[in-house]
Amino acid sequence: MDHPIKRDHARFKKIVKGKLRDNLRKYISEGQQIIPKGSDQFKIPMPSIDIPRFKFGDKSEGGSGQGEGQEGDPVEGQPGEGEPGQGEAGEGEGKKELEVEMSVDDLAQILGDELELPKIEPKGKNKLSSTVDRYTSIGTVGPDSLKHLKRTYKEALKRQVSMGVYDPKNPHVVPIRKDFRYRSADTKIEMENAAVVIYMMDVSGSMGEEQKEIVRTESFWINLWLKSQYKDIEIRYIIHDATAKEVDEDTFFRTRESGGTLISSAFKLCKQIIETDYNPAEWNIYPFHFSDGDNWSADDTKTCLQLLDDFLLPCSNMFCYGQVESRYGSGQFYKDLSQKYGSKHDDVILSKIKNKDAILDSIKEFLGKGK
Amino acid sequence: MLRTKQISGDLLKLQKEIQGYADDYGLDYFPQVFEMCDYDTINILAAQGGFPKRYPHWKFGMDYDQMSKGYRYGIQKIYEMVINSDPCYAYLLEVNNWLDQKLVMAHVYGHNDFFKNNMWFSNTNRKMMDVMANNGSKIRRYMDLYGVDRVENFIDQVLSLENLLDINHLFETSEVVQSRKEKEKKFLEEQDNGGYLVDDRSQALKSFMRSKSRSENDRSTDENSHENDIEIMAEKNVVKGQRDILKFLIEFAPLEEWEANIIGCLREEAYYFLPQRITKIMNEGWASYWHSTIMNNKAMDSSEFIEFADKHAGVMAMSKQQINPYKIGIELFRDIEFRWNTGRFGKEYNECTNMVEKENWDLKTNQGREKIFTLRKSHNDISFIDEFLTPEFCNRMKIFTYKYNPRSKRMEIDSRDFAAIKQKMLTQLTNFGSPVIEIEDPNYKNRKELLLTHVHYGVDLDMEFAAKTLNNLFKIWKRPVNIATKYEDKEVILAFDGKEMKAVS
Repeated sequence: MDHPIKRDHARFKKIVKGKLRDNLRKYISEGQQIIPKGSDQFKIPMPSIDIPRFKFGDKSEGGSGQGEGQEGDPVEGQPGEGEPGQGEAGEGEGKKELEVEMSVDDLAQILGDELELPKIEPKGKNKLSSTVDRYTSIGTVGPDSLKHLKRTYKEALKRQVSMGVYDPKNPHVVPIRKDFRYRSADTKIEMENAAVVIYMMDVSGSMGEEQKEIVRTESFWINLWLKSQYKDIEIRYIIHDATAKEVDEDTFFRTRESGGTLISSAFKLCKQIIETDYNPAEWNIYPFHFSDGDNWSADDTKTCLQLLDDFLLPCSNMFCYGQVESRYGSGQFYKDLSQKYGSKHDDVILSKIKNKDAILDSIKEFLGKGK
Repeated sequence: MLRTKQISGDLLKLQKEIQGYADDYGLDYFPQVFEMCDYDTINILAAQGGFPKRYPHWKFGMDYDQMSKGYRYGIQKIYEMVINSDPCYAYLLEVNNWLDQKLVMAHVYGHNDFFKNNMWFSNTNRKMMDVMANNGSKIRRYMDLYGVDRVENFIDQVLSLENLLDINHLFETSEVVQSRKEKEKKFLEEQDNGGYLVDDRSQALKSFMRSKSRSENDRSTDENSHENDIEIMAEKNVVKGQRDILKFLIEFAPLEEWEANIIGCLREEAYYFLPQRITKIMNEGWASYWHSTIMNNKAMDSSEFIEFADKHAGVMAMSKQQINPYKIGIELFRDIEFRWNTGRFGKEYNECTNMVEKENWDLKTNQGREKIFTLRKSHNDISFIDEFLTPEFCNRMKIFTYKYNPRSKRMEIDSRDFAAIKQKMLTQLTNFGSPVIEIEDPNYKNRKELLLTHVHYGVDLDMEFAAKTLNNLFKIWKRPVNIATKYEDKEVILAFDGKEMKAVS
């Protein structure tokens, strides 16, 4: 049995989760706070959950210390300068940051609960299969390392009883070769579903740091949610100005070009990627496009709409366009898209993201359809 | 589920050896039991205040979380833990090396002697392990009956008020309580027998009040009498100035029986820990003094010298942010020993103006050891600092005070003046570092609102925390609650009526 403190610990974790849920909006709009740790864990800094008490205010209290220094010298040393050894550095020191660890699933669940996101009904289920071996049955042959002692002795006992050589007063059970039993594997076919998220972003001059920050935060949460919904997920990144290229994640968020904007270039590349790597019948495809709404020419916009209708829409689960407000962007592309698809069209989801505070609502718009 | 085991073999031999040295020096201790445990267990124990069994609450889980992380990332390591009980239990960490264990044992005998002899501990329950375990099962039973969430929420509320204690209650033994009750009874009887009150209320009103107060004993569970209690108490000014807020709530708040019981449990535990909070400097100083004395003079092997020096120095490290109780404690004991060995005390020494003579003062009085043994019986941190802190000592220890500078927005060294340092240290130790909060009026505005007073000694309350605490107090008192305090030199009453928080100045 576990020590009862494990239950206290579990309760504490539950409270932390509640806290996180209450403050989700703050975490999301302040971005960057959640640090991935390993493949499916996150570290979340959180103000310590204090039990409120009547206590002295930090600032008016002051205190006494030991060491060199003149009057007027600052006291605040490096955090590590506290007491080593037995001393309890920290008592009465006030703001201690608490760091909690959380798994992808837990975090995604909080997001899902908060936004009331529906579960995604994947298409292409049962298309991809893989085999998994599970040791669920018993066989008469196998390596020693898989020997099932309990079953082996049971067999031996049965044999001895049936042969009349078992003596209850002297209960020696000796298994012989044919009593041996081994764990053996059953091969199971498991159906999997896989998804690919293709992020496209306009990196022309009009997209500033703040706009990119918004895209970065938003993509983090979208990835998180999709990761919790699909067993396998791949993420591809495309940046574009007048031409498009595929890049890795880091470059995606860092690059800044100065050229003009041809959105169709990204759509074309996206089409190419899907055609070469992802069979729409097997994959759940999520193209996301972020820009400030500028496109060079009305002609190009026409090409874009053409591409959407002919290829991207039919093969993806949904197409999402997020327009990040910037000082230079005209917002024209949003108008063009909404004119064509309106709000009724289920496969095209349009969202305007004014500032960081709007990220959460925008995520809900994108993922709220359950597709 | 046995997570700790008593030491045996070489370690037991070591204990005998150290105990021999402790005897030689005249330490007077409870029977000492050492138990060995692994780091996870010591984290659990530390999170639970040293006790193997506590009531269920998430705060233990939180502390455990932080301790385990601190250990895992190598930020902190708990060397030892010792419990004020008879026999005195102490835990050793399995992974510590031989020298560590030696040091810890010597240190623990110091604590043990202090627990047994310091008078502030004289009324603590030495069977607290059992009491804690019983409180645990009591609260667990309440959780079964009334629901985990409900009980835990109530505990949260009570913990919010846990630091509102009255240190005078440490000497409140059952005999003291008994004799006081008798006096009160006598007083009331005298009143009845034609004893007259010195006010001009009518005889009828007085007799009405007396009959009320008489009936309070046999109708204490009755709802009406509860309200009357409050009126009478307010009238008589009996509870005004009471600092034992938890006791006041048990007696006068509209509580269900299980709620009152839980407050009782938590109050008992809070008072058990209180002596340790008011003797931190002395207790750690005393234990450090003895581990250092025993190790240096007796127990240490010459090959262990460097490592011991390193470990000892780590414990004694000075910090600019706060006084290290180990360091100040041990140095103050040594200083006192030196002063009483050389006779540097009393009128003659204090009034001596010849600095050369003062510097070389030595009357060979040799009363040092005796002096520190005596004072470890009678003092707590406040009287210890008040009586024995000297300007020379502060100078040698490089003590300073600091305060917040609003212009540069940082803490800055304020002063190295002796009077200022002493003042600051005493202020910080006053009321074990908690604000002094008293009951002012349980029938405030004649509406059974509760009015508390923060006795302001120059430091403001943290208003955000105060508001949250009032919120919790409201849930227990179930009527509006107020606290009168000063904030930025203005008198304010912070009021919470269940809906909104108001600051009335």
